[in-house]
Amino acid sequence: MEIPESVKKRLTLPAEEYFYAGHTACQGCGASLGLRYVLKAYGRKTIVTIPACCSTIIAGAWPYSTLDVPLFHTAFATTGAVISGIEAALKAMGYKVKGEDGVMVVGWAGDGGTADIGLQALSGFLERGHDAVYIMYDNEAYMNTGIQRSGSTPYGAWTTNTPGGKRHFLEKRHKKKVIDIVIAHEIPYAATASVAYPEDFIRKLKKARNIPGPSFIQLFAPCPTGWRSPTDKSIEIARLAVQTAYFPLFEYENGKYKINMPNPKKEPKPIEEFLKLQGRFKYMTKEDVQILQEWVNRQWEKLKKLAEVFG
Amino acid sequence: MAESPFKADIERVQKEYSEKMTPGAIVYIPGSSVVNKTGSWRVFMPDFNRDKCVRCYLCYIYCPEPAIYLDEENYPVFDYDYCKGCGICANECPVDAIVMVRESK
Amino acid sequence: MPIRTVMKANEAAAWAARLARPKVIAAFPITPSTLIPEKISEFVANGELDAEFIKVESEHSAISACVGASAAGVRTFTATASQGLALMHEVLFIAAGMRLPIVVAVGNRALSAPINIWNDWQDSISQRDTGWLQFYAENNQEALDLILIAFKVAEDERVLLPAMVGFDAFILTHTVEPVEIPDQEVVDEFLGEYEPKHAYLDPARPITQGTLAFPAHYMEARYTLWEANENAKKVIDEVFAEFEKRFGRKYQKIEEYRTDDAEIIFVTMGSLAGTVKEYVDHLREKGIKAGAAKLTVYRPFPVEEVRELAKKAKVLALLEKNVTFSVGGALFQDFSRALINEKERPIIVDFILGLGGRDVTFKDLDEALAIAQKALAGEEFDEVNWIGLRKEIL
Repeated sequence: MEIPESVKKRLTLPAEEYFYAGHTACQGCGASLGLRYVLKAYGRKTIVTIPACCSTIIAGAWPYSTLDVPLFHTAFATTGAVISGIEAALKAMGYKVKGEDGVMVVGWAGDGGTADIGLQALSGFLERGHDAVYIMYDNEAYMNTGIQRSGSTPYGAWTTNTPGGKRHFLEKRHKKKVIDIVIAHEIPYAATASVAYPEDFIRKLKKARNIPGPSFIQLFAPCPTGWRSPTDKSIEIARLAVQTAYFPLFEYENGKYKINMPNPKKEPKPIEEFLKLQGRFKYMTKEDVQILQEWVNRQWEKLKKLAEVFG
Repeated sequence: MAESPFKADIERVQKEYSEKMTPGAIVYIPGSSVVNKTGSWRVFMPDFNRDKCVRCYLCYIYCPEPAIYLDEENYPVFDYDYCKGCGICANECPVDAIVMVRESK
Repeated sequence: MPIRTVMKANEAAAWAARLARPKVIAAFPITPSTLIPEKISEFVANGELDAEFIKVESEHSAISACVGASAAGVRTFTATASQGLALMHEVLFIAAGMRLPIVVAVGNRALSAPINIWNDWQDSISQRDTGWLQFYAENNQEALDLILIAFKVAEDERVLLPAMVGFDAFILTHTVEPVEIPDQEVVDEFLGEYEPKHAYLDPARPITQGTLAFPAHYMEARYTLWEANENAKKVIDEVFAEFEKRFGRKYQKIEEYRTDDAEIIFVTMGSLAGTVKEYVDHLREKGIKAGAAKLTVYRPFPVEEVRELAKKAKVLALLEKNVTFSVGGALFQDFSRALINEKERPIIVDFILGLGGRDVTFKDLDEALAIAQKALAGEEFDEVNWIGLRKEIL
């Protein structure tokens, strides 16, 4: 597609689009916005691998494709392994992989495909040190199958298999911290990002491009359908997730932690701000909110400490 | 009014489109989704007031389709062929230059 | 000059992989095929094979990495067995559906439970509906040759299907036999470079592989797999002929032995064929009109050749190291499909034997023969028979 020079000059994001309109994501989908940013950051020389997830649908059914770059759809559990294979093949064929003018091998998987069924293949990919970028778009449940809880679903959330009911059967486990599991592999670069902060996300994507070895980004991507939230609130919710420190932005680079909060001096807002825009949290009692708040506080303090000690 | 950046792609896809099955069901036409006019999903549509616009581009940046592009003067143009009417642009607009109105089709 | 030496089938398979020059190999250790990736890593470490070797964390990832690499456009190879192949199952369908000519060496081993590391064919037989080509080797030389043949057939533009080559656990994988290693130059001429025209991941030519297909398109996509399997029948004959010309060893989809005036033909696959041929000689000496036939190609199923074979026998005795519960062996089902509408057809008797590494002896074959002879005489017989069962412990 062609973008006028006048437009390119003033934008803070790359102007090119390799994620095409006409896709079939729900209204207000955070994941589709995230994929749009990824392709803006990486451009033409990108190979995307998508496991079975919402993005399978978003990327188009035969004979359609939403992407203007090579795209490979694969089985749910296999993202880490497939991008390993693609990277190895490209190297064997003599391509430059990663780096400013290299081909970017990107795995684009949801939270279920990363935190749960794809965790083993992700671990293998990280541990073997392939030159590729794995992006987990985190919408905190199995959305494509109809909103079932995943390891990444937060405490107190309604999903179709944590439906509340008379026995108050909500998600009772805290969100699995995939980023910590990833960092335990001591890879060169890992980061969290949010669709509400595209400049930060794109900066991180570009950093991931230029650091050799495996990179991992956990991208917070609201799902209005699964979160029972108004479609126009996706960005607002994603922003509040950061502002409440529920999903803090940070990066881990060669052993060093760095927090990238938009207003570093500001104290996090209360978690209610984040919860109240989403129907999935409406069954939470005051005690539930307190439990979640305490978890957020604990994680936030821990992160600050890590940044202080390993900054 | 600027032309949709996808115009050339739509023509390309329409020309190359084929339903003939390929080995491995491979799609050889990149970006072929542009021929799907998802604007038909829309219930509310963004109504844009050019006079209020401060050209911050937040609407363009946050459009998940993308169905907003920028004209030569850097004002947003809403591509109603694709806009599903999610309303993110109106919610994020800092100067209320975009409001969502029920569409009468 | 080809090198005449002695080696295990696992080593022969590794040598075949080396000769085929795959660019990516991804493998995970499993008994009895572990030696294959071991040997290949030696080749890579010594600079004798220029390939990326991915030491994956499971067989599911091994085949997935091969799928990714093959989709990117290079020749790929892996080896596995039993549970490993079962773990690959999901991705095997994907590899075939995407038309990726990956070759997998399978050290045919029993499936759990109970855990058993010894030979039968249940692992690869259970993959018969995936769309993969299947070859079965009788000896170590065949293991080497059939892997080269599998690459050639799989990569043929009329086929474009992945292929597995099976050879029996321990009986072949760990047994040293004479093997001739062909010349690299001749193999290079035979195989050529893999240059896929259909599947690649090239930013200059963006394509999408593996998309969702709605009911309006899915059946047609699957039908192309049916066609590719049909095409493979002809291509396999051509490749067998070319292989014989270049390397001097003859292969056929079904290899017959003393079948011309046979009344009973024993049909089998893999290393058991050697035992059965010897048994046929033994029967012939006693004046019993018996013959043997070995399927080298199991998928695509050689329907036409089975029909030709059937014309020569009054009874086909199928000896199989696999079982479909409540039905019988896989060959029984496939032979029935090939012969059910033939005007004149032999009686088919099915024998399940040699599961989980149980030796198949002449005594077992005598047991099978007795039942086949009952069928021949028009007496009542059981269609499916478990041979060599230790009834005293049941």
